[in-house]
Formats: sequence, structure tokens, C-alpha cells
Amino acid sequence: MFNIINRIFGKGSAGSKDIAKERLRLVLVHDRVNVSPQFIEILKEDIVRSISTYMEIDEKGMEVSLASSNSSVALIANIPVRRMKRGASFYND
Amino acid sequence: MSEVIVVTSGKGGVGKTTTTANIGTGLALADKKVVLVDADIGLRNLDVVMGLENRIVYDLIDVTEGNCRLKQALIRDKRYDKLFLLPAAQTRDKNAVSPEQMRQLCEELQQDFDFVIIDCPAGIEQGFKNAIAGADRAIIVTTPEVSAVRDADRIIGLLEAAEMHNPKLVVNRIRPQMVKKGDMMDIDDMIDILAIDLLGVVPEDEHIVVSTNRGEPAICNEQSRASQAYRNIVRRILGENVPLMSLELEVGLVDRLKKFFGL
Repeated sequence: MFNIINRIFGKGSAGSKDIAKERLRLVLVHDRVNVSPQFIEILKEDIVRSISTYMEIDEKGMEVSLASSNSSVALIANIPVRRMKRGASFYND
Repeated sequence: MSEVIVVTSGKGGVGKTTTTANIGTGLALADKKVVLVDADIGLRNLDVVMGLENRIVYDLIDVTEGNCRLKQALIRDKRYDKLFLLPAAQTRDKNAVSPEQMRQLCEELQQDFDFVIIDCPAGIEQGFKNAIAGADRAIIVTTPEVSAVRDADRIIGLLEAAEMHNPKLVVNRIRPQMVKKGDMMDIDDMIDILAIDLLGVVPEDEHIVVSTNRGEPAICNEQSRASQAYRNIVRRILGENVPLMSLELEVGLVDRLKKFFGL
């Protein structure tokens, strides 16, 4: 009974604005990457720079991209490792 | 100090021309010398919105191609004597003018006017590039819809790439009742997504249709809520700190009933 009254006054279903916001958030992740073609390249360089402290990687075989599912966007990086650097484990003792 | 402001949006039909007309008229009413420039070559509309369509002799392209002097192409609005219009050409296209020519035009206009307001065409192509070329800052108009907000975000990115920083947002056609029901994005949602400063919020208002029919800018109408919003925007452009107006409508019978039932 209360549900019916609620529905009459338009409070029965949640508003559609949250759906709008969520869809926008996802679509803008991709849009913003595409605005600047250099974006992925710059990101790649930064990743290489920080990883190189710890391991030797194959920069040519490296792939970085964005993938999205229904509700999230992920940064996927496939980075072939040639060898680990010895010094990296020193910090662990 | 003279300023060149471009009014842009990406998406068409969100209210760029109406916003340009009302802000320009409002600034003129505040005793500033203002020129409105219609950069929508081939699809001119600012002239009809302003009610000045019958007074066009020369246009923007006539000026850039040297067929007339700049002063000859400027139309003085007889209702507000500090307001002028530089109309777009109707029989040419966006490629008839270059960004460099627009930059020169804006510089020339700046010597005579306190404010140069440019009405940018929809889209991100040549017309957009021309319109922003001579501008110091940008006002981005959007509506609370996914398509308009998405395009606004792209425009913000392109302005950033063109080294025009800190654009200001006008949210147009907001419908308070739908916001209240949770069926329309509110101001905070849009600020959160676009991450730029808010210049003003204009509610959906039938007065705008009537004033466009008549060719009289709505900002002069005391009863119109959109007009109140535009007056606030003008004061903010002039540096005043004006709080956002309340978008709450008067409490109607249904609301009172709801309150009675505690809903």
C-alpha cells in the first residue's frame, strides 16, 4: 500500500541521474585519452623509467592500453621482462 | 581593460547564441561598450535572436576581405546604445576566414570596446578554431544531458591544448523539479565531472522562447527566472561575488500534500 502511494508521488524508482553520471564517467576516461594522441606514449615512457630501476624490460614488445567492461575501465600494460636487476632485492633485507 | 570572451559548447542547440545575446546585452546595460561577433559563418543566427536581421549591410567576411571598413559592418543596437553586432556572412562557409584574420579582427575591436563577445559555432572544426583564435577566455555552455556534458569535456580539452586555460561553465536549461526527483544531473554532478569553475546556472524558462520570437533579449524581462540568472552571470563577469540563485520553485499543492504525508 505504501509502495503504491510512493509511486504515485514519484518516489518509487531511483532517479536516472546516477545512471547518466556513471555512463559519463566511463565514456570520458576514453575521450580524455583520445584528446591527446601523445598521452599513451608519455605514460609508457614514465612506466619504463620507473620499472627500469628494478628490471630490464623489452621496450619494443611493450603494450599499454585501456580496456573497459560494463562498470570499470582498466589500464592494461603488457611488459616483457628480460631480466631482473640484482640491486632491487637489497631493499628487502 | 578590454576583454575578448568566446562562448562555446561543442554540441549544438544548448544555448550558445541565447547566452551570447543575453550576456552581451547585460554588459551593455551595465554601461560597458560591447560588440557581439557572430562567428557562425554560413549559419548566422545571432542577428535574428537580437532582432537586428533587417539592418545588416556588411558582414564579418566583408571586413576580413576588405570590402568595407570595420565600422561600416558594425550594427548599433538602437535599444541599448553601447551594444553593437558584427554579423556573420550567410552565403559563405567557415573556410572563408582564418584564425589569423580573426585574431587581427579581435585586436582591432578591442581598441574600441570593453567587451568583445564571440558566438562560436557548434563543432570542433575550422569554425571553432576561428572563434577561439582571438579570445582571451572562454565560457562553456552545457545542459544537464550526457551528450552535452561529454562534448563540453572535449571542448575543455581542446581549449587546454590551445593554451586557453580556466574556462568558466554555464549550465543552461536546468529543470529544478527533475533534479529534485533525481532524474536530472545537478550542478555538483556536472562540476564534479568537468572539474571547471561555475559561472552560472540558467533554469529552463518559457520566457526565452517568447523573447527569441520577438527578437528581444530576455535579460530585460524582470519576471523571467532565466533573465535573473543571466543578470547574475553578468555581475560575476564584472567581478562581483553573487551567490547562486535558489532554483526551488514555489511550494505547490502536491508538495504540501507530500509534506503532510511525510513523503
